Amino acid sequence: MNKLLLVIKREYFIRVKNKKFILTTLLTPIAFGLLMLLSGYFSAKGGQSHKKVLVKDESQIFSEAKIEKYKHDYEFSAAPLNRLKEDYKKEGHDLLVHIPPFQDVKDVKHKIEYYSIEKLSLSTISDIERNIESSFKEYKIAQSGVDRDILNSFKMDINMENGAIGELTEDGKEQDNTSSKLSTVIGTVLGGIMGFIMYMVIFIYGSMVMRSVMEEKINRIVEVIISSVKPTTLMLGKILGVGGVGLTQLALWLILIPLISIGVSMALGISTDPDQMQQIVNQTGGLPTEQLNEINPANILRELGQMNWLFIIPSFVIFFFGGYFIYSSLFAAVGAAMGDDMGEGQQLMLPIMIPVIVAFMMLPGTLENPNGGMALFGSLFPLTSPIIMPSRLAFDPPVWQLLLSILFLVLACWFFAWFAGRIYRVGILMYGKKVNFKEIGKWIRYKA
Amino acid sequence: MPILSLKNVVKQYHNHLAVNSVSFDVQKQKIFGLLGPNGAGKTSIIRIITSITGSDSGDVFLDGEKLNGYHPKDIGYMPEERGLYKKMKVGEQLLYLAQLKGLSTKEAKQKIDHWLRKFEITDWWHKKVEELSKGMQQKVQFIATVVHDPKLIILDEPFTGLDPINTNLIKEEIRQLKENGTSIIFSTHRMEQVEEICEDIVLINDGQVMLEGNVDEIKQKFKEHKFKLDFEGSTPDLSNFNVVKKSNSSITIKLTEGQNGNDIISQAVKQGCHVLAFNEILPTLNDIFIKQVESH
Repeated sequence: MNKLLLVIKREYFIRVKNKKFILTTLLTPIAFGLLMLLSGYFSAKGGQSHKKVLVKDESQIFSEAKIEKYKHDYEFSAAPLNRLKEDYKKEGHDLLVHIPPFQDVKDVKHKIEYYSIEKLSLSTISDIERNIESSFKEYKIAQSGVDRDILNSFKMDINMENGAIGELTEDGKEQDNTSSKLSTVIGTVLGGIMGFIMYMVIFIYGSMVMRSVMEEKINRIVEVIISSVKPTTLMLGKILGVGGVGLTQLALWLILIPLISIGVSMALGISTDPDQMQQIVNQTGGLPTEQLNEINPANILRELGQMNWLFIIPSFVIFFFGGYFIYSSLFAAVGAAMGDDMGEGQQLMLPIMIPVIVAFMMLPGTLENPNGGMALFGSLFPLTSPIIMPSRLAFDPPVWQLLLSILFLVLACWFFAWFAGRIYRVGILMYGKKVNFKEIGKWIRYKA
Repeated sequence: MPILSLKNVVKQYHNHLAVNSVSFDVQKQKIFGLLGPNGAGKTSIIRIITSITGSDSGDVFLDGEKLNGYHPKDIGYMPEERGLYKKMKVGEQLLYLAQLKGLSTKEAKQKIDHWLRKFEITDWWHKKVEELSKGMQQKVQFIATVVHDPKLIILDEPFTGLDPINTNLIKEEIRQLKENGTSIIFSTHRMEQVEEICEDIVLINDGQVMLEGNVDEIKQKFKEHKFKLDFEGSTPDLSNFNVVKKSNSSITIKLTEGQNGNDIISQAVKQGCHVLAFNEILPTLNDIFIKQVESH
């Protein structure tokens, strides 16, 4: 069998068959699914506290308003305030709210007070404030005698959409090239997720390659192996084998996380039906109705379905492999240069960490302005492009930028494989020598 | 035709000349000692032979062919800095190493099975290496070195860490491999082992060949014409010779030009001495090694 295949096979199966790997791969989506659903469940059920509120309304405005749609239970009392302060708790109320008389309809501020032993959450306070505010608003409108229809006509909802002119189709019609605000939100979230996945992949699987190299060096088996296999073949086999492990793990997570989420939600009785989820979203409140109309599960699914996945997925896979290959080559070189003492070799990792961290720091700026100068530079520079370019994919970057980025990425893969190979072939046979950058510079110039 | 030939091999690392125009031959079916003090260039030479590194100039021939990418399968190498994958099972590990040497899975399994039976360790197949003692791991390493039936085996300090029983076991295997036609390069600092096992040697110092040839011939070449007479009874008077050492039962004499061993025996016998034994004392390889390295 081909020696490269043999190395790939060993590197792959030794990890995939490992109990720790199996446990991590299976438990992560279970934990993830549980965490997501439980947090959703708890915030839906327990997060929104339901309070019994006793109100002494001297203004007679709130008590007269329609209150059946409010979230909290309001009960009104005309008893003296001092007595209510003493008795509200005994009577089973959570808090007492005192609304003083409201004198002038022109007043825009009105101070009210509440009394409660327990500390109220910010959301409870703002809920009650909002309820009272709306009753005052209704009262003021009624008092002013303004026609409600006229009042409603003052409202304006400006919604700016992308009206870019689409290309003409064969039958002369203009293609719908518009994109909604929601698609921008989805693009940003998707871009952030893809950038973050790349960041994690580089660190998790890159350091896995490094540990694998160090293991062979520390175990002193490497000299036996490279008497049968060329060092570059061994390094390549490790990178591809561990890369396969990464892909397997990610693929399993992509399948298992949604499956487990659905399974757990069914077991817990939480609906995954978009309409019912919408109801939950509406109940939780917080967002203005106008925005809620657009950002709902059904619309999100529709927007996701309209995305150009045939473009996004292959491009992401190219950057996944390119980025992983560049960084894992460098991690392999560092692993070879490191001695038995991992602490001593930490300084060697710094030059690898810096571009990854810089790319990660560029991510929010790129998502904010996906066609700006920083995004373009980050997409073309091959040490940052594996993180930055995938984050732009959902925003349809110009094709020339994508192709140029891939070209630079491929050239960088070739260069870094050569560069890391030069360090690797010397480093793995060096024992007991303190390695610094000057020494590594000499290794690169050594004849093979 | 020798199994291995090095012709003017040179290897330089930055400012250090590790191998300086080294040439020597290893004959087929011989046990060959590659000797030298620490830092002499032995490991660099071995790494060139095993294709781990290339030489800057010069040629290496294996069985008459210039060293190429197909030769690793003809060489078995057990380095001084050796180890195994600790988390891997013995059987899987040997299978992997044998396959890297070009054996098919079926062939590799058969050969591994043969060696495990030979060492009576068939039950180790499913054991993880970390469960084995250092000596047990050495056995596995030895099997990994020879499992693919190489033409040339290179053993760098093969007995380090082995107890006397396992040392003898490996020595016996080395001899048997030689009888079966394999050539062996044996690198060590332990001169008594070289004298016991090796037929030919090369002594390397500062990257250069200091001495090369058959062990017996080298000893003859470096002999100092010392003779030891073992006797019983009264000590004979041999004061007309250069007596180097004397005791109640033996006298060691270094002969000068014109003298020979018969003169010593006849003089001792004439004096009524009961001679028990009379032997020439040949220098040990250790003596020759130290002398050569120091004189350099």
